[in-house]
Amino acid sequence: MDILETGKSALTAILANRIRSFLTVLGIVIGVTSVILLIAIVTGLQTFITNQIQGLGANLLFVIPGRIGGARSPGGVQANRLVFSDAINLRNKLASEAEISAAIQRNSTLKFGNKIDHGVAVFGVESNYPKILLAIKLLEGRFFKESEAQSFRKVAVIGKTVKENLFGAGRTLGQIIDVGGLKYTVIGALGGRGSIFGIDADNAVYLPFMTVQRQFGIQNLNTIYISALRPEDVKDVQNKAVGIMKKRLSEDEFSVNSQEQVLSTISQITSVLTLALGGIAAISLIVGGIGIMNIMLVSVTERTREIGLRKAIGAKPSDILSQFLIEAITLSGLGGIIGVILGIGFSLVIGRFFTTTVPLWSVALSFGFSMLVGVIFGVAPAIRASRLDPIQALRYE
Amino acid sequence: MSIVVKLSKINKIYKTDEVSFQALKNIDLTIKKGEFIAVVGASGSGKSTLMHIIGLLDKPTSGVYELDAKSTSNLEENKLAQIRNKKIGFVFQSFNLLPRTSALENVALPLMYAGIKASERENLAKKALEQVGLSDKLPSHPNQLSGGQQQRVAIARALVMHPDLLLADEPTGNLDSKAGNEIMKIFKKLHKEGKTIIMITHEDNIARQAQRIIRIKDGELE
Repeated sequence: MDILETGKSALTAILANRIRSFLTVLGIVIGVTSVILLIAIVTGLQTFITNQIQGLGANLLFVIPGRIGGARSPGGVQANRLVFSDAINLRNKLASEAEISAAIQRNSTLKFGNKIDHGVAVFGVESNYPKILLAIKLLEGRFFKESEAQSFRKVAVIGKTVKENLFGAGRTLGQIIDVGGLKYTVIGALGGRGSIFGIDADNAVYLPFMTVQRQFGIQNLNTIYISALRPEDVKDVQNKAVGIMKKRLSEDEFSVNSQEQVLSTISQITSVLTLALGGIAAISLIVGGIGIMNIMLVSVTERTREIGLRKAIGAKPSDILSQFLIEAITLSGLGGIIGVILGIGFSLVIGRFFTTTVPLWSVALSFGFSMLVGVIFGVAPAIRASRLDPIQALRYE
Repeated sequence: MSIVVKLSKINKIYKTDEVSFQALKNIDLTIKKGEFIAVVGASGSGKSTLMHIIGLLDKPTSGVYELDAKSTSNLEENKLAQIRNKKIGFVFQSFNLLPRTSALENVALPLMYAGIKASERENLAKKALEQVGLSDKLPSHPNQLSGGQQQRVAIARALVMHPDLLLADEPTGNLDSKAGNEIMKIFKKLHKEGKTIIMITHEDNIARQAQRIIRIKDGELE
């Protein structure tokens, strides 16, 4: 008796009870769908963040308050002690090897005429900012000059979302906008960088560092960017920067991270996320398996006479065993296929709003796991069927 | 004439925790090739147990059962399944056809367990259905057939492997007299063609149509 034959008769048995079969595999369907979907979202998130950070340039180092991956979280319990003089100090000592740029950030409200844009990220940056952050690309106008920064000129370079919100398709350059109560002249507009989970990297405005510092009364820096002039010097520059910073701050109060280190931290976080979310989804696969076992046990009881007859006309116990086992696997496999289709489908739909990536391994893993669940939870009912006494089975009413 | 079934001192005792019940007592029975035998007895007389033992669905507590001059004691489960498949054809009172399965596929079922190829199975099953006069009902499902037709499909299924022995357990028990007579006509035709048939019944007018009648009472042959 070959497997194809058994698979065909299994399908017949499954289709004979369409609604019951559908409800039985629902657990598997939901399990596979959620495994694929969650992994797609986390993988998409990782891809997006990775691209964003790689877009900043491989030569880049970040000096930030606190530690990444240390006992204390960055900017958490530890007070931020990073100040502008640290940036100047670094600039003086690393002048031949690197470009240094300090940055601060606040959220504020922008106004233009009767249009209001809330929750805009206001960056106070130095005039060399576009030289360091390669992801910053001007579409219109220009970035501010050092002379403008030094003379506290109120000039602004706006992100794509801000431009759309305030000006639509209208004229941008030369317009006067209100940032947190002060008037700034728009001198440039940037291209799009993208968004994820509703955090829009383009809903931002870039102003001269000292102007922002004065307007908002900020002393502490968010980041000091260090861009090594030569790629081969990145490691060396990083070590020197740490040495310079250590003279003023303790090791817990700052960290100098390379793009690679930030990426590996992010990859650690997303791995844990993948494992946790995938694990939770996998539990529903096991619950689905219990559903299959339940219905297979019912099926064995219902078909006791059929089993007796099959044995009377020559079915070996192994024939009966494989019949019911293949039926369970076909059930869970069908659930797996539906789950894969739904999982990929939902990922594509969600992909319209933020990046999702369906890795092949997640499809293989969840489908394989659903088949395995069919085998594990199908064995007990199948053994029970194969051991039925043909006489008792034939007498069964 | 060669001997198909030879039972020597067959006893069957059913034991539950406290009660033991002797269903068959010292049965000696020889059935030759080509015989058409009716086993008659009241319910509880042991005729079904006898049938199950002859059909290798059950084992005697003691005694020797030779099928085709070979002892069937000490055969393992898979070997018994193989013998049931090749040498014995069963016909049941309640037909026991698979629902939602065509007459043709029902008849082909024993061929599948014998490992015969699908294309050949169809031919053999068609021939068996022709033998019982149902060539026009090949794709019909059991619920589309009358009781008599269903039993004829069941007979075709019992015949399809060309077994040495046809065992029928109250084959007319669920049928009206007209359909019952049709079934008996088929059995008589098969008998004429040389089939060995053992039929259990409690109806005397059915039993009388067999060649030889064996009466069983309280587990003993009369």
